[in-house]
Amino acid sequence: MSDDLEMDEILKVFFEECAEGLQAMESGLLTLDGGGDRDTIDTIFRAAHSIKGGAGMFGFMEISQFTHAVETLLDQMRAGKRAVTPDAVQVLFQSVDVMREMTNLAEARKPIVSPNADALTSLLAQILAQPAGGTAQATPMAAAPAPVAPAASAAPPEPPAVGWCIDFRPHTSLFKTCNDPLRIFRELETLGPLQALAHAENVPPLADMDPTQCYLSWRLTLAGTMQQSQIAEAFEWVDANSSIDYQPLAPPAQTTAAAPPAPPAPLTPAPLAPAPLTPAVAVAVAVSVAVADPPLPIASATVASAPAAPPLARANVDAGSFRVATEKVDALINLVGELVITQSMLGRFSEHYDPGNLESLRRGLSHLTRNTRDLQESVLKIRMLPISFSFNRFPRLVHELSRKLGKKVELRLAGESTELDKIVLEKIGDPLVHLVRNSLDHGLETPENRRAAGKSETGILELNAFHEGGSVIIEVKDDGAGLNTARILAKARERGLVDPDVTPTTEQIYNLIFAPGFSTADTVSDVSGRGVGMDVVRRNINDLGGHVYVSSNPGRGSAIRIRLPLTLAILEGQMLRVGPETYVISLVSIIETVQPRRAHVQSIAGRAEVFKHRDEYLPIIRLHELFEIEPDSRDVSEGLLVVAESDGKRVAILVDELLAQQQVVIKSLDTNFRQVPGLAGATIHGDGRVALILDVPSLVGKFLEGAGAAIDFAA
Amino acid sequence: MVPQHEQYVSFTLGGEQYGADITRVQEIKGWDTVTRVPYTPKYVLGVVNLRGAIVPVIDLRMRFGLGHVPFEPTTVIVVIRVAAERGERTVGVVVDAVNDVHDIPSAAIQPSPELLGGSIDQVFIKGIATLDGKMVILLDIEKLVSSSIGSD
Repeated sequence: MSDDLEMDEILKVFFEECAEGLQAMESGLLTLDGGGDRDTIDTIFRAAHSIKGGAGMFGFMEISQFTHAVETLLDQMRAGKRAVTPDAVQVLFQSVDVMREMTNLAEARKPIVSPNADALTSLLAQILAQPAGGTAQATPMAAAPAPVAPAASAAPPEPPAVGWCIDFRPHTSLFKTCNDPLRIFRELETLGPLQALAHAENVPPLADMDPTQCYLSWRLTLAGTMQQSQIAEAFEWVDANSSIDYQPLAPPAQTTAAAPPAPPAPLTPAPLAPAPLTPAVAVAVAVSVAVADPPLPIASATVASAPAAPPLARANVDAGSFRVATEKVDALINLVGELVITQSMLGRFSEHYDPGNLESLRRGLSHLTRNTRDLQESVLKIRMLPISFSFNRFPRLVHELSRKLGKKVELRLAGESTELDKIVLEKIGDPLVHLVRNSLDHGLETPENRRAAGKSETGILELNAFHEGGSVIIEVKDDGAGLNTARILAKARERGLVDPDVTPTTEQIYNLIFAPGFSTADTVSDVSGRGVGMDVVRRNINDLGGHVYVSSNPGRGSAIRIRLPLTLAILEGQMLRVGPETYVISLVSIIETVQPRRAHVQSIAGRAEVFKHRDEYLPIIRLHELFEIEPDSRDVSEGLLVVAESDGKRVAILVDELLAQQQVVIKSLDTNFRQVPGLAGATIHGDGRVALILDVPSLVGKFLEGAGAAIDFAA
Repeated sequence: MVPQHEQYVSFTLGGEQYGADITRVQEIKGWDTVTRVPYTPKYVLGVVNLRGAIVPVIDLRMRFGLGHVPFEPTTVIVVIRVAAERGERTVGVVVDAVNDVHDIPSAAIQPSPELLGGSIDQVFIKGIATLDGKMVILLDIEKLVSSSIGSD
């Protein structure tokens, strides 16, 4: 039972991701409409790829198969093998609609039958069959069935939709009961393609007409597999004096055999006013057409967007709210209680001012400081959620994937209760799925290969999360074959990512897997191999202020470590000064601060300097040189060296003075300006001035590309 | 037909009069201490705190190569809003003094003559108008600011 519940949760995530992906595709296509650039196509492609992968994993084969065709077309456009024509974009738009329709059906646990899918699939096949590179001929496009218009079913191979024929004969008092037929029709349209035919024969001559009465009646044809009760809901508020008659449309085989009023039946004008066409009637007909017409254009507009609305709206609600453990709220209430006590204590002091009470004022203020800090911590804790929210989906995913790939895999999860900021947690989900998928597909070997390598047939995939300093580390580790450096390098050369005459280090080769479009898989599979993913993984993680590290041991397995900040909002900072400028550095990256003796500072090759610190030589980064500031002193022995660690490398940063330690609120430089190398953002001092926050990893990077490049400090 | 008017905020830069479309101007702020940011062009003086937002400040005199003028009491930061990929950006522009707001009929705006070796790129100038017998250079402030702080 609990397994089902878990599955529901995972499925929910999948559908949310689909909704996001489809929206990304749609907005991408909108930009593409005006002429394509590679990045946009890449984005659309990645979204399609994720949806396909997810759908395949959850067994929605219809979605997966359909999306596969879409993806193939996009892949060819991405590779520049196929021109991006407006017609092709149009087909892609329609495909997005169909994908949306299908995911909605899947979410509602209905059979995934889209009347438009088959037509579009054959259309996509037609486009793909055309010689690549050739500008797509317009002819097959012209025949493109609009996904929404009932005309779509004109395509012969496609099974005609099953649906309902509804005769709606409202009482003339319909409007007085606050019913608007247009609203009802729009609601029906959310169920499926709707065709409305108005009967105007009861419309009286204009002179006799009472505009508050409803003289029209309709025959509605609704395609799709819905229950009568769903349709009836739309008519819920129509009073009993109106007549509503539901007739199910016969399934396809019988339709062709017997029943003439098939859903896509052309507007049979038969019931339409055979009466003498007095001017009045003519007007009335015009009116009726005006009334009957709107639903059709609306159909094409709303059906495209309306079904999207519910999942999107829900996703937003989810993003905007979350559950918080009661104890966390209780802790907050306690703290606010304490704060109120402190405040009344301080308030009393201001009423009875007496210099002799100074001590109690101090005490009160120190209470206040503690209260504020506790309160801040508790509020931040509310945003923290255990990583199990993200890990939960993996058992199922690994199970299904390993079966599909014919591999035996044991998944080990550890540190599921490690807490992470909600935003970080949400954004890390996709990258983790990519990493796990990659490990399964590329990392772990087949049982036969494992046996041949003298390993147990069952591969082990470990997901581990833990705290380290002020960061959270997530590890994805497998005991597979490890990264094949020779193959990666060969592929990279083939793709022109590495010059033939350059020999990169092992570490550089590992980093190649993060290059866009890189894949070593020989075949493109449902699971992976198109080379999307790792670049996105790294980008997403970097966006969160995190870093990815790859390590690998040939024949023994590989591990990917993700280091993420605990929270994105607040930093425990050490303020430091260089000349007139004040900077903030994250306290957790500082190992210690030392006042160097001149004897411990040596230069290498006359340029770079190192500092001998406990039998270790650390490169000295002169912040004033890097940032071009006039310092108090250029003499190392007159300043302070802040020993900081980044990515396992230690450096000594030369500053003039250490100032206070304090928590700072991180503000982005990017919002109004841009990202600056070496800086993680900015914060605002108590006096309103801005202080910049140093980003040690990028500072080290900036330093290495500059003066110290000649020396490999990693060694 | 109603004549088309455009409103401009006029300001002084190294003795010359410039105008900026008023719809782009968010506010005018007194001079404030600017925090220098490394790896940025010289004319980006740094960033300031604008009610909690970190806002870059550009020195237009340096941008135009008008030489350095000492900061005086009238020196102010004109806060401009410009469209960016993600919503709007707020950017401060330092000028010697802000003068007035003018209604300028569209018809009175002349295209700027080809500047002879002018230091301002032609694309940043919308046109030239005459106010009280003085020439005012109307800037395409949005384009100018966007190009000055461009994302890289």
